[in-house]
Amino acid sequence: MLCSTKTLTRLLIAGTAAILGAASAFAGVQIINGAGATFPYPIYSKWAEAYKAKTGIGMNYQSIGSGGGIKQIKARTVDFGASDKPLKVEELNEAGLMQFPMVMGGVVPVLNVKGISSGALKLSGPVLADIFLGKIKMWDDPAIAKLNAGMQLPKEPINVVHRSDGSGTTYIFTHYLSQVSAEFKQKVGNSTSVAWPAGVGGKGNEGVANYVQRLKGTIGYVEYAYALQNKMIYARLQNKAGNFVKPDSESFQAAAAGADWAGTPGFRVMLTNQPGSNSWPITGATFILVYKKQERPEIAQEVLKFFDWAYHHGGDMASKLDYVPMPESVVKLVEQTWKKEITDVSGNPIWTVSTARK
Amino acid sequence: MASSDANLPAAAAELGSSYARQRLLDRSFQTATLAFASFVLLLLVGIIVSLFIGGWQALSTFGPGFLVSSAWNPVTDQFGALVPIYGTLVTSLIALLIAVPISFGIALFLTEVAPPWLRRPIGTAVELLAAIPSIIYGMWGLFVFAPIMANYVEPWLQSRFGDIAIIGALFQGAPLGIGMLPAGIILGIMIIPFVAAIMRDVFLATPRFLKESAYAVGATTWEVVWRVVVPYTRVAAVGGIFLGLGRALGETMAVTFVIGNAQRLDVSLFAPGNSIASALANEFTEAVTDMHTSALMALGLVLFMITMIVLAGAKLLLMSLEQGHGGRT
Repeated sequence: MLCSTKTLTRLLIAGTAAILGAASAFAGVQIINGAGATFPYPIYSKWAEAYKAKTGIGMNYQSIGSGGGIKQIKARTVDFGASDKPLKVEELNEAGLMQFPMVMGGVVPVLNVKGISSGALKLSGPVLADIFLGKIKMWDDPAIAKLNAGMQLPKEPINVVHRSDGSGTTYIFTHYLSQVSAEFKQKVGNSTSVAWPAGVGGKGNEGVANYVQRLKGTIGYVEYAYALQNKMIYARLQNKAGNFVKPDSESFQAAAAGADWAGTPGFRVMLTNQPGSNSWPITGATFILVYKKQERPEIAQEVLKFFDWAYHHGGDMASKLDYVPMPESVVKLVEQTWKKEITDVSGNPIWTVSTARK
Repeated sequence: MASSDANLPAAAAELGSSYARQRLLDRSFQTATLAFASFVLLLLVGIIVSLFIGGWQALSTFGPGFLVSSAWNPVTDQFGALVPIYGTLVTSLIALLIAVPISFGIALFLTEVAPPWLRRPIGTAVELLAAIPSIIYGMWGLFVFAPIMANYVEPWLQSRFGDIAIIGALFQGAPLGIGMLPAGIILGIMIIPFVAAIMRDVFLATPRFLKESAYAVGATTWEVVWRVVVPYTRVAAVGGIFLGLGRALGETMAVTFVIGNAQRLDVSLFAPGNSIASALANEFTEAVTDMHTSALMALGLVLFMITMIVLAGAKLLLMSLEQGHGGRT
């Protein structure tokens, strides 16, 4: 009896402490919550760490996948959602959401073929599509040989590796293949997960990377940062201008430069197959989703402050992790839209220039 | 005297009230345990119902065709469960084919053949095998086992059996080391400790006098095992096998590493395929359309049903075995 009284007392104390803790957290916004895409997770957590050190306000980001991020923000369980797949304008309006691009990256075809070194193999969009359709089955296929005159191509079967989980990476990759191959568009299409006609599926960028490195005669696709950090062998791609380019931050930025952010409603810009002599053809941005009408403006303001700080002070951190920061012109455009569209329940704008953290 | 007489009704009343209190306690205890027990039942029904509600959109759209269609296309919202059902059943079957004889051998060795000083270390090793998390098996499968399969085992199988009429179809295609066969073998290794541990325990439960009587009339070790131990324990041993099968059906992480995760139906055991649990683990996070989510829920319901059918089948088998044995147990 004595013992249980003690336990009870202890529980009561713990409970009171918890309530008090919650109350003190309520007084000022201490933490903002977000969930979604896995691709930008490394840079978001890096930003969160630096931001916490500077302001004391934490950012808790759960990389549960783009689909999960969209579901969570629609269920209002998080303060912002993150997705590699931009939502359609109708879908945004229906849910009362706005989206803006946060950071960019590229998707890179990686391979493991005897005798082929990094950047040596040249591929065109239609040939890449035919490989992933399972139509080109051998590495010494005339279609590949024609693009790589003078190169010794092995007489080995091509083993295609794709993502097994739904992914923004797959969304960007299939978006590109659908643009350059009518047959791919009709047979497979563009989504975060598709019915691949050929190959094996690896879970996550690391799963694809492992299969490509461990199996023979393989070709797969991963995020650029992933290919770079694992020193994977990549192929050069022919862009819209007809040049064979290699993936790096310059060619991603070149792809982003020509994009018409201002003229695209809901910032729904896909950066695949962009014009420009040095543009990498499989470039993409990752997006943030927030509500236009905010019931708790104090939290929304902190969310916007965080992303404003990341736009203006997070560029170096992004470049170090092999992401491409958004150009200044796009940032301006995004912040103007914040001012116009994000309001509290009575319609007052939440974002003003003076709100920004210096 | 008079005073004690006067006290009698009071004592009886006290006794009565203490009875009443005890009855009340008894009843509340009964109710409490009943509540705990029915909580499990409620949970089970709740899971089935929520899976059914979640999967209703897919089930009502595709009807019974959901079970026999091999389509799985998130772009066009066409879904069918045949590929993952096939993959789940085939990998579990391969696992049983490997695990049952090996486990039988282990249990036999540990109970009848091994010298006593060796029994404990090997027994402990088997139990430790059961404690390895499945993700470790998956990683080992991908990094160590798959290359061995791709470079040695699968080419050898292909050269031996690839040209034989019907069986040959099972060994076609590029030997990747990723596919149904490697997944089945890894599952087999994973369930060996469960099946072996149960078999050892039930073999040990065979009464000593039965075995010693058999030895006394001149039976060999093999005869004792096959004629005395196995018939005596087969009901419990079959139970252990089904426990292993239940684990194989639902295993997720280890399978998803090596099965290849391809939504294609292929007879060849070398070809990549998919299992239900692996498809769920892969696709839930990024299932954007309602139909995709619903199809995955329906897939979960199918896995639940398969497991229930297997368990029910096991129970029926056990019952018929017990009946056949009359009063033996």
